This record gives sequence, structure tokens and C-alpha cells, in this order.
Amino acid sequence: MKIAILALQGAFIEHENILKKLGVDFLEIRQKKDALEDFDGLIIPGGESTTQGKLLHEFDIFDVLKEKIIKGLPVFGTCAGLILLAKEIENDDRVHFSTMDIIVKRNAYGRQLASFITNDKFNDKLVPMVFIRAPYISKVTKDCEVLAVVDGKIVAARENNQLVCAFHPELTSDYTVHKYFLSIVENYLNSNTK
Amino acid sequence: MENNRYELNKNLAQMLKGGVIMDVTNKQQAIIAEKAGACAVMALERIPADIRKAGGVARMSDPKLIKEIQSVVSIPVMAKCRIGHFVEAQILEALEIDYIDESEVLTPADNKYHINKKDFKVPFVCGAKDLGEALRRINEGASMIRTKGEPGTGDVVQAVKHMRMMQEEIRRISSMRLDELYDVAKELRVPYDLVLYVHDHKKLPVVNFAAGGVATPADAALMMQLGAEGVFVGSGIFKSNNPEKRAKAIVKAVTNYNDPKVLAEISEDLGEAMVGINEDEIKLLMALRGE
Repeated sequence: MKIAILALQGAFIEHENILKKLGVDFLEIRQKKDALEDFDGLIIPGGESTTQGKLLHEFDIFDVLKEKIIKGLPVFGTCAGLILLAKEIENDDRVHFSTMDIIVKRNAYGRQLASFITNDKFNDKLVPMVFIRAPYISKVTKDCEVLAVVDGKIVAARENNQLVCAFHPELTSDYTVHKYFLSIVENYLNSNTK
Repeated sequence: MENNRYELNKNLAQMLKGGVIMDVTNKQQAIIAEKAGACAVMALERIPADIRKAGGVARMSDPKLIKEIQSVVSIPVMAKCRIGHFVEAQILEALEIDYIDESEVLTPADNKYHINKKDFKVPFVCGAKDLGEALRRINEGASMIRTKGEPGTGDVVQAVKHMRMMQEEIRRISSMRLDELYDVAKELRVPYDLVLYVHDHKKLPVVNFAAGGVATPADAALMMQLGAEGVFVGSGIFKSNNPEKRAKAIVKAVTNYNDPKVLAEISEDLGEAMVGINEDEIKLLMALRGE
């Protein structure tokens, strides 16, 4: 199993450190040639979605990755990653991959003063959740499974092989969400879809 | 939950990593910066090069300007207050600024004391020339550090010197015996715990950016290769003759700082860089403010 991590900007090293601890092989995507490599899953880290979205095009990576995601490559987006995958952004007319049927609200809680930490259930398991200038999901379609709700707002969801969360599991030492993603990758590898 | 505030503030800096924070003086520049891929903007009335030229006392920006810039971009907005001027910091917090830069670029308001940043909910970034300064600022509550460099000069030499100094001291401490760290703490005038963190993790306890004199994509990549986790660009962009193109190129250089081929491509045809002033031509060394 090999996981690619989008390393254009943001907290990608934190994801790498978790994969290292879980003993999973990974590579960084910084240019088109990296995106063309063979890998079994993709992580889009937290950071600035406008910056990452911009660089995806500047480095000609966008189309390559979008095609892979559409073909079923498992993808895991945290915070900015969630925004990049959403089909619609409520308070922004820029969309990016738009492969996941969700509507999200950017900076939904406000500026940095509104950032917060809480413990809540992800897929019925209590995990620490760090929200930094976070978005939330304002609407999902019927194909989406809601995996976490905090204060009435959807903050994690899954649609087939796409997993997103508004918080940052990469900033904690709880690997529940990463392990959940790796199980999606496992299933993908065991099925014939690859 | 409030004891989580410091963690959250360090976390925001983690999200900025691998990015470029650009100085902007009006809405138009803020929009250009965001479009070019800046991960945050620093709202100020005058960029450092112009502060240098104008002389006199440089203070916090007009809140009206800051609010205007907040209203046109979705990326984090930072602003500067004078060293030790905790009321300017209170005002910036009231504006819900995303990060306060307690900055040597402005005229210091206190010759001895920095702001007790632990009094604030909003995060602070501070400049440092060496590890001791960095850890003293962190001890006061800074959740992000940048090299001081020499702002407004377009000359990267001081930023290089400060980054090398920090990395060298980090390497030195990492290789020491535990019983030697007590003396280091005394020498650097910081608590033992902070020194121990550096020893164990071989890095600062917070994110460390480069600042002060970055003018070209090559400068930005140089700072990244020397260990910076991201770059501040002040005068370098809007003092050049094609800010849009240069801003974009510097953003790309920070992402692919290790690939000379990409750097060659993006360095091409950027127009004239800011003219700059050499180290020995400057009368005012801003880096010496607030140690």
C-alpha cells in the first residue's frame, strides 16, 4: 500500500508522521510527475484551500488527480482538503475538484478567535477534534454517509471512497480517522476496482 | 477550554507552513496577493522599504485599513503592533485579527519589555535573530517565530545569518548531554523546559518562517533549504515592477524549493526586482530592536 500526500502547502508533514507511525509507505506530490506515479490513496491536508487550489493548476496536477479520484482512487481531505473536494462552496464561487456531493461553508465558525478543540464521536468512536478556522458541511446528498456531527453541524462524511473531515486528525495522536481511511484503501485494493 | 488556546494558535501556524505571507497596504494588493496564492496577508500602511524611506515613528495601521483588507480576502489577515505596545495589540485583538506580529519593523514602544502574549487569545508571531531570542518570545507566549532579517532592504543576507544562527544553535543543543542543558537555559535566559524541547525534537516548539529581505524566488527557496517552514515577503513583491508575476513565482518557489529545474523556470522574465539597499548602506538596523 502506498499513499500519496498533496504537499503543495499546509500541514502535510503531520500526515506523513502519522503514516510513518502506522508503518504505511507514502510519497509527496509537489509536481505533475509525482501525481502520475502509482499510488493507492491520496491525502489532501489542511492549509489554505485557495493556495492549494491555485498551485494544483499552476503545476498542472489538477486534471491528473481529478481523473484518478473520479475513477475511484480513495481520497482523504482534512479541512482545506474537504473544501477542495466539495461540489459546492456556500460562501465562495470557486470550486476545485468538486468530486464529492456535499455543500460546505468556508471559515464557517469565523476567524482564529473562533477556533476550538472538542471531543466527539467519529463513526461512533470518541476522538479529539481540532477545528482551525474550520469549514463545516451544510448539506450532504443521499449517497453520503455522515460520520461526525458537532453542535448540529456535519463535520465528517464519506461518499464511496472519498472521506472528508472539517477538523484536523493529523494534529492529534489519535489515529482513528487515519485508520478508517486506510481501511477504505484496503477494501479498494481487495476489490477489482483498481 | 481556554488552556487550549495556545495549542490552537500554534496549530494555525502549522496550517500556514509551506506558504508565503505577503505584506499588503490596500485592498487591491490584498486581492493580488490572494490570487497569487499567498497563505495569509499582513495588513500595513506602509511596507518596510517605505517606512525606512519616510523615517519618523512607525505605528500600528489604521483599523479602517485592516477592516477593509479583512473584508476582501478569505485567507488569514495579520497585522503589526509595536514591540511592547500591548494596547495596540488589544486593539488588533478587538478587530479579530488572525495573527499579531509584534514587530521590529515598527518603532518600539518599550525598550525593555515585550508584550505578555499569554494575556491574549489571538496568536502572536515575533522576530528573532538567534535561538535565545526565539525561545524568549515563545516563553512570553509567541506561537510562531520568524527570522528578523533586515526588513525593507531586499537584501537576504541578514535573514540567512539569522536562520543559520538558529539552526546551528539547535544542532548544538540537540547534541548535548541533559546535564549541560541547565547551563544553556541560563545562558539563553529561558526556562529549562523550552531548551529540553529543542534538545528532544531538534526544532523550535513552534513554526519558524523566514523574513526580512526576501526579494526573489531564489531567495525564498534558499531560506526554505536552510530550514524555514515558510516565508514572509514584505517589500520584495510590491516594490518590484511586476508584483503579480513575482508573487506567483515566489509562492511556487516555496512549494518546489528543492527542484532547481522548476526554480529556473519560474525565475524567468519576472521583470526588475526591487532595487534594494546593501547591508553597509543602511543607517537603521531594525533587527537590533527588541532582543
